[in-house]
Amino acid sequence: MTMVQEIAVPPLTATPTPMRAAEPAAHYGRLFIALTAVLLVAPFAVYPMFLMTLLCFALFACAFNLLLGYGGLLSFGHAAYFGMGAYITGYAAKSWGLGPELTVPLGALTGAGLGLVFGALAIRRQGIYFSMITLALAQMVFFFCLQAAFTHGEDGIQGIPRGHLFGLVDLSDDRVLYYVVLALFMAGLLGIFRIIHSPFGQVLKAIRENEPRAISLGYNAARYKLAVFVISSAIAGAAGGMKALVFQLATLTDVHWTMSGEVVLMTLVGGMGTVFGPIVGAAVIITMQNYLAHLGAWVTVVQGAIFVACVLLFREGIVGVIGRCLRWRL
Amino acid sequence: MIPFLDIPVQALFGQLLLGLINGSFYALLSLGLAIIFGLLNIINFTHGAQYMLGAFVAWMLLNYLGIGYWWALLLVPIIVGASGVVIERLLISRLYKLDHIYGLLLTFGIALIMQGLLRNEYGASGMPYAIPPELAGGQRLGFMFLPNYRAWVIVASVSVCLGTWLLIECTRLGAYLRAATENPALTQAFGINVPLLVTLTYGFGVGLAALAGVLAAPIYSVNPNMGADIIIVVFAVVVIGGMGSILGAIVSGFALGLIEGLTKVFYPEASTTVIFVIMAIVLLVKPAGLFGRTA
Repeated sequence: MTMVQEIAVPPLTATPTPMRAAEPAAHYGRLFIALTAVLLVAPFAVYPMFLMTLLCFALFACAFNLLLGYGGLLSFGHAAYFGMGAYITGYAAKSWGLGPELTVPLGALTGAGLGLVFGALAIRRQGIYFSMITLALAQMVFFFCLQAAFTHGEDGIQGIPRGHLFGLVDLSDDRVLYYVVLALFMAGLLGIFRIIHSPFGQVLKAIRENEPRAISLGYNAARYKLAVFVISSAIAGAAGGMKALVFQLATLTDVHWTMSGEVVLMTLVGGMGTVFGPIVGAAVIITMQNYLAHLGAWVTVVQGAIFVACVLLFREGIVGVIGRCLRWRL
Repeated sequence: MIPFLDIPVQALFGQLLLGLINGSFYALLSLGLAIIFGLLNIINFTHGAQYMLGAFVAWMLLNYLGIGYWWALLLVPIIVGASGVVIERLLISRLYKLDHIYGLLLTFGIALIMQGLLRNEYGASGMPYAIPPELAGGQRLGFMFLPNYRAWVIVASVSVCLGTWLLIECTRLGAYLRAATENPALTQAFGINVPLLVTLTYGFGVGLAALAGVLAAPIYSVNPNMGADIIIVVFAVVVIGGMGSILGAIVSGFALGLIEGLTKVFYPEASTTVIFVIMAIVLLVKPAGLFGRTA
């Protein structure tokens, strides 16, 4: 399948491309610079551990949003890729003594491999069934992790060493690790941004809007769906690997279905199908969990209530509403 | 005892019985899910929570009001079914014109709220619910010991499933339901109150889940997580069976319970994952599900 049909040859005139195409790129550029600037100085004002948690989950949510917001595929089992990424990264760092430059890509590779198998199965059905299949397959991963020896069952993999980046930079200091996590997060975010605005992303959106029509135009919809599924699960695996290094811990919580629900919630709150929505959503949910942690099971109740409220009243999400008011595509 | 493939017959039948019990609950729950999905086009993620709620309401009736098992069997489906009707009218009915995933997300949120509230109130450890005295004890069948209550659960589940199937296939109300599943607009044009039918169907499906909860209460302890664990397996059952047919949902529920029981005997490590593996195989071989119609 080539994407040649997609790209119309631009007219060879001296006049610049129309404003409509130039404008979004300009404001996206400014927003990316602003976001980077804020995140660069943030550890001087906010506890770095909290910020790293936020970035890990924000990247996870961005990966999920690539699949839901642009591919129109609601995976209810993304915890499997995140959690297995965390486990494999943790295991490689602790038992094989590999550095983070190898363990985190290994986590991403784990997510991608799992995503390839599960995605190939799940895209055989559509809509609601797709969600149920991804959830069921993720539950299988959960039971596997519960029984497998290398995950240490209920204890999880504890005391994962953060190691030295390229054997040089000691990551045991939170601030140093923060900038590494930030670099990886920005790389992931820019990668996703690039994918969304590539010809591949355009075809993906076409399939989301009208699959039979996209097929009739000659696109192999199944292959596009599988590709975006694998990309999304790979990034989710990398986010999980990062999380394992930050907390020095990989547990069953990471592969449990509640984690899959949380990432859906983050994306929904922030605004699905927006570039920055999942980041805002992750910030809202992580902050809320931080402040409500002492309330125990009330966190579940509050999350459920946010779900209900978002679905009924606030389907665009925070960034979606802001984008509509400013008439910007965010 | 005659050993069969080195497995004592007693253990084999014991696990088969356990599998049949699990299958009874899978069948009742996937039946409710299939009926709701047929007419409302939403996957009721709250189904597991409503099954759990059924067990809790039975426990509350007994401990706060002194109402025993047999009355609970009648009252609990009505109470929980009524709560389902309220949820459908107030919340779910607002989403019919939107993408189906919103129905899934809404019912997931409601499930989280129910589970969280009950865990706050009663903790996560679970509370016992005694087997009614009429069904205590059991029968010696020679090759195995059959507890009366477990036999009752299987009989009750099979009769409720068959009754529901007859209701849908052989009565006028069932004909309305099938007509509305096939084409709601045309059914309404014939003067049938489809919105009312939708609401009642949701209430009925939820009632079935609550009934399963009451049946389950004496076997598994009553605890807030009992629904979340079972619902994901039931989703897999529904994917395997396909939701096109009521009978398919019932048959695949019992069959998968039995297969799970057999796996516990021959390869216990895989007993928790076998249903998901079967789901994967079915998706490869027959993507629409064993009894499903291709969309």
